[in-house]
Amino acid sequence: MNRPDLVVDSATGVGVALPLAGPGVRAFAFLIDWHFRVVLAAAWYVVAALLYHRAWRLAVPVSPDAAWFVAVLAPPAILYFLYHPVLETAMRGRTPGKRLAGVQLVNRRGGAPGVGSLLARNAFRLIDALPIAYTVGVIATMLTREHIRIGDFAAGTLLIYSDIAGASPAPLATTAADHGLTPAAAEVIRELLQRWDALDAQARSRLARSVLERSTVPTAPTVPTAPTVPTAPVASGERGAQAADTALRAELERLLAGTPL
Amino acid sequence: MNSHELLQVALLRRSPLWQAAAARTRRFERGHSTDAADAVRLADDYRMLAHDVALARELIPGSRAREFLETAYAQAHATLNKPAWHPGNALLALLRDELPEVVRWLRPHIAWATTLFVLTGLCGYWLVQTYPQLIGLFAAPELIATVERGQLWTEGLLNIAPSAVLSLQILTNNILVSLFAYCAGFLFGLGTLYILGINGLMLGAVFAFTRLHGLAHALFGFVVAHGCVELSVMCLSGAAGAAVGEALIRPGTATRAEAFQIAALRSGKLVFICVLLLIGCGLIEGYVSPDPRFPLWSRILIGVGYWLFMLALLTGRAVPRRHTTRAA
Repeated sequence: MNRPDLVVDSATGVGVALPLAGPGVRAFAFLIDWHFRVVLAAAWYVVAALLYHRAWRLAVPVSPDAAWFVAVLAPPAILYFLYHPVLETAMRGRTPGKRLAGVQLVNRRGGAPGVGSLLARNAFRLIDALPIAYTVGVIATMLTREHIRIGDFAAGTLLIYSDIAGASPAPLATTAADHGLTPAAAEVIRELLQRWDALDAQARSRLARSVLERSTVPTAPTVPTAPTVPTAPVASGERGAQAADTALRAELERLLAGTPL
Repeated sequence: MNSHELLQVALLRRSPLWQAAAARTRRFERGHSTDAADAVRLADDYRMLAHDVALARELIPGSRAREFLETAYAQAHATLNKPAWHPGNALLALLRDELPEVVRWLRPHIAWATTLFVLTGLCGYWLVQTYPQLIGLFAAPELIATVERGQLWTEGLLNIAPSAVLSLQILTNNILVSLFAYCAGFLFGLGTLYILGINGLMLGAVFAFTRLHGLAHALFGFVVAHGCVELSVMCLSGAAGAAVGEALIRPGTATRAEAFQIAALRSGKLVFICVLLLIGCGLIEGYVSPDPRFPLWSRILIGVGYWLFMLALLTGRAVPRRHTTRAA
C-alpha cells in the first residue's frame, strides 16, 4: 500500500493499519455532502414556500409572519447547519458524502467514534471554517502528518479509507497459479483488465503485449501480436484494430482464468 | 515457481475466506445481522484475518490482495470494538455522573472566567459612566439613538418580529457565541479571554448608558428572566475554553495533543449542556422578556427558578440517583 497508514494495537497482537485519507478525498466527500445539504435545503424551501403562498411564488412575503419563519426558513437552515453533527452521530462517523467517497471517521483505536467526539469535532468547525471556505481546516489537513483538521485534533478522530470494493483480492490467481502464472503476474493482469475500458486503445494494446510476453506459461503458445491474432480478421483499418484489441483482452482473461491458451 | 511464490499462492488460496469475512463484517456494520452464531464466526474471522494480514505483510507487501486484507481486518476490528450505544443511558450518565465531575474539575476555571467577566463588566460600566461618549465603542448607533430618546431598544420588539422568530434568532446567536468561547480556547485560551472580556465590557457599558438615561431599571426588567442563566452560561463556556487553552499551555505529563484532546472532550460535555440551556434562554427571551404583560416579580421568579434548575443540573441533583439497598 502506498497510502500513509496509522497502525493501532489490537487484541490479536497484529497491528491494525488504518489507511489515512488525504486532503483531496476529504474535500471530495465534503463537496458531495455540501451538494446534498444545498439540494435538500433548497427543496424544502421551494415546497414550503409554494404551500405557504398557495400560489406559484417563492419570494419572501412583504411582512413575514411566524409561520413563514418556522415552516419555511427554519427547517432548511436546520438541515444545512445540523447536517454533519446529526448524520455523523446517527451513522457512526459516516455521512452520505463520506460513504460515496469511500471514507469514514474512526477514533484513535480504530473503532467508531463516540457521540461526544463527533459533537466536539463539529463544534470546532467554527475554527476550521475561519476566515472563509474552511481555510484553517484545509491548511491543517495539508500540514499535519495524519491529514487532520482542528476538529479531528480536538475529538481524536481520523478519516480513513473504508472502501473494500475498490480493493478486491485476486481469487483467480490461485487457478492461474496451477498453470504456472505467478501471483504478482496474475495481479498485474487483473488490474490491467479492470482498467481496460478506461485506457487508451494503443496504450492498453502495448501494455497487454508486454504483460503477455512476461507471463508466458510453458503450456501456452507464443504470444500473438496484433496482426497475427488468430481471431483477428485480415481486414485492415479500424475494424482490424478493434478485433486485435478484443483478442488481446480475451487472451488476458483466458490466462488469468487458468485456461490453456 | 520458487518457494516464495508457492507460499504466496498458498496464501492467496484463502481469498474466498477473506471475502466471506468481509461480507460478514459488512452485514454486522450495517445492522443486517443479529445472529449470535454469526457474531462468533466474526470473532473467528478477526483472528483469521489478523493471521493472514501478518503473512501478507511479509509475502505480498505491495499487492491489492494485501490492501483488501488490511481493509477487511480494520473493518472487523472497528465492528468488534464498536461500543454499545444507548442514547437514553448515555444522557442519563452524562447528567447524573459526568457533568458534576466536569464541573468539579472546572471549578477554578469557572471562578476565573466569572471574575474576568465581572471585572470587565465593571470596567465597561465605569468607562461609560465616566466618559459617556465612549458608548460609541460598545453599542450600535441605532441603539444609542433609541436610548437617547428615552426608550429601550427592546420596547415593541414583538411588533417587529414574532416571538418564535425572536427566539430562533436569539438562541442561534447565543449558541454561536457560546461555542466560539469554547473553541477559541484553541488559541492558547486567548480567544476565550477576548470573547469573555468583550462581552463583559459591552454589558457593563450598556447598563451604564441606560442608567445615565434613567432606563437601567427597565433594562434589568428585560434581562432578568433570561439573563441569569444566559450570563452564567457565558462564564461556563468561557471556563471550558480556558481549560482547553490551559491544556495547550500546560499539558502536564501528557503530550500537548493528548492534553488538548482530553480537555476538549471533557469540557465539551459542559458546553453541550450550555447549548441546551441556551435554547431555554432563547425561548424565554422571545416569549417572556419582551412581553409587557409579565410583571417584574414573575420575571425574577422565572430567572431565578431557571438559574436554580441550571445549578441543580450542574451538580447532578436534577437527576434522581439510584438508591442502593444495604444488606442487613
